[in-house]
Amino acid sequence: MATSVAPTSARRPFTRRASAFLFRHRGVQLTFTLGPTLSWMVVIYLFSLVVLLISSFWTLNPLTSQVEHTWSLKNYQTIIHGSVYWRVAFRTVMLAAAVTVTDVLLAFPLSYYAARMASARVRNVLLFAVVMPLWANYLAKVFAWKTMLGGDGPVDAFFGVFGWHPGLSSSIIALWLVLSYIWLPYVILPILAAFERVPDSYLEASSDLGAKAGRTFRKVVWPLVLPGVVAASIFSFSLTLGDYLAAPLVSKTLVLGNLIDSFAGGTANNKPLAAALSMIPLAIMGIYLLIARAMHAFEAL
Amino acid sequence: MRRGISLVAIVGVMALIAAACSNNSSSSGPSGGTSASALSYDASAQGEGELNLVAWPLYAEKDVRGPFEDATGCKVNVKEANTSDEMVNLMSQGGGTQYDGVSASGDATLRLIASGLVAPVNVDSFDDYANVMPSLQAPAHNTVNGVHYGVPYEWGPNILMYNSDIVSPAPKSWDITFEPQINGQANPYAGKITGYNSPIFIADAAMYLMSHQPDLGITDPYELNADQLDAAVNLLKQQNGLVSKYWNVWSDEVDAFESGDMVAGTAWPANQNVLISDDKVNVGSVTPSEGVTGWADTWMMSSNAPHPNCMLAWMNYTLSDKVQAATAYTFGATPSVTTACQGLKANLIAGYGQEVGTNAYPLYHCGDDGYLKSIFLWKTPVPDCGNGSSDCADYNTWTQKWVEVIGQ
Repeated sequence: MATSVAPTSARRPFTRRASAFLFRHRGVQLTFTLGPTLSWMVVIYLFSLVVLLISSFWTLNPLTSQVEHTWSLKNYQTIIHGSVYWRVAFRTVMLAAAVTVTDVLLAFPLSYYAARMASARVRNVLLFAVVMPLWANYLAKVFAWKTMLGGDGPVDAFFGVFGWHPGLSSSIIALWLVLSYIWLPYVILPILAAFERVPDSYLEASSDLGAKAGRTFRKVVWPLVLPGVVAASIFSFSLTLGDYLAAPLVSKTLVLGNLIDSFAGGTANNKPLAAALSMIPLAIMGIYLLIARAMHAFEAL
Repeated sequence: MRRGISLVAIVGVMALIAAACSNNSSSSGPSGGTSASALSYDASAQGEGELNLVAWPLYAEKDVRGPFEDATGCKVNVKEANTSDEMVNLMSQGGGTQYDGVSASGDATLRLIASGLVAPVNVDSFDDYANVMPSLQAPAHNTVNGVHYGVPYEWGPNILMYNSDIVSPAPKSWDITFEPQINGQANPYAGKITGYNSPIFIADAAMYLMSHQPDLGITDPYELNADQLDAAVNLLKQQNGLVSKYWNVWSDEVDAFESGDMVAGTAWPANQNVLISDDKVNVGSVTPSEGVTGWADTWMMSSNAPHPNCMLAWMNYTLSDKVQAATAYTFGATPSVTTACQGLKANLIAGYGQEVGTNAYPLYHCGDDGYLKSIFLWKTPVPDCGNGSSDCADYNTWTQKWVEVIGQ
């Protein structure tokens, strides 16, 4: 380092000295810029995941219900031998898939319209309408649905005119409706972005080469937006897989989140088993993300 | 190089965690030998100025806390808990040093005692213990080998509540909540039944089986061997098909009765009181022919209570007839001291008016030891069946079975 040309540091202002120091020491610069966020990620996220993994090997004293720090595979054996855990896991994955498909089907035409057909003003209005529900509290939205679907709610009253009482208040259909509604904005935004990234010149080239609208969509548009769709599906799938607040409010259905929640201290206190159970959605999401990466979804995020 | 750094980081994190864990296990283990010396209340002992309680909602309201704070200088902080499991969790936080005491129900008490989290007390040192009803003087849910772990507070049954406009005639049996077919007819209330969302609710099914399948040989709904437990769980799975929703906290049931989603099922008298005062639906309740389960709550003191003198003073205070009558009225429960009955009646009349209050009073069975004895009071299921054999399912097994019921 050329320390010989540096003037006596006392005469230069501190900020300039600091920036010069950071410029020369890239490592320190990185520590200051990425450090806080990264350490947050490591401490809060990775640390808790590791704690979760470790505690899943602990057991519960049957007499005192206190956690005992002895290593065993008992929780995993319980899960493997208990058909109820498989059933709930399967049901939750199916629910997550149904919510994802529903949201993609709803988001697709809207995003296409907003990105490629609407004027700038209409596009902004649509975007605002999509984002606005995100500013409302999650629980407020779920409670609104609970009232709407309840025994004396408007949905039941509407169908009651035709002499039919769907009794949605305790069914999994209610849960599917509510979660599809709540995660819809998260699905629309990535798909909208994907449509906006399709260059007009590609569509013109396709049409110049004689392709009709359907063929252009199948051969040009769809492959280009697919990563965006997969990226969007990560949101609705993972959020549904982990949700445990909506289920008890709008239905009787037990989903993975409730199962973990009830063992984590709600109604059936057994924290080590809860930790072992939470490895199920982690594993499912791990696989899902690997597939998504193979489909280049991360480049569309 | 990059890989090297991340490996080092991971190993470091693991080492940190391992250190944290081993620290934990050495400090939070059950402290043995606590039964050696029971603590006594001493009116002259100086309070520590503060008291941290874990309590059921409405169990330590302002009208009850106020006079105590004025008299003892102990400021009362209440952490409300809605389930017994929550209470056990809270009491074990920080090695049991965060809270001084808890209003534990019988399904939590034995767990707290077995883990050494609560301290034995000398009940004779409390001014009003002699007024406690005979069957609560030394009940199995808070007295182990003659050692007392707390003082009784309120008790009550889990009654069969129903919407009296829809459920008619008034039910006499729990069968409308369990059976898809009644006298060869489809159960008219299918889809509108409710149950209590807790492993301890398995006992309600076991109690029903005591009358309906006597050959199972169930003598105590909390002491079930594997076959008996399976029979109860199968009955509950059958019930699940009739259930609209299980209730977790009292407001779940109140809301669903008011919206019409539930018309019959197990309830605390407190839930019925809320529905009556809301006056949106007409509800009735009965003690069915099979009997009822119920709960008796105990103020227990943490073994590591930071404010022991304030806690002992609180336990002494909660045995007074005034406090017992006040909470009985606010919560809709029955006092454990017989001298509180007149006060409860007066509170009911003051709150609901002469006619409604006078009619409501008999429903509390205040001071009725015979009725209390007929209730199958919640207690923690333990492997020891009490009759020499030890093949009964423990609470851990109950929790896993309960998940099978609600998760099917």
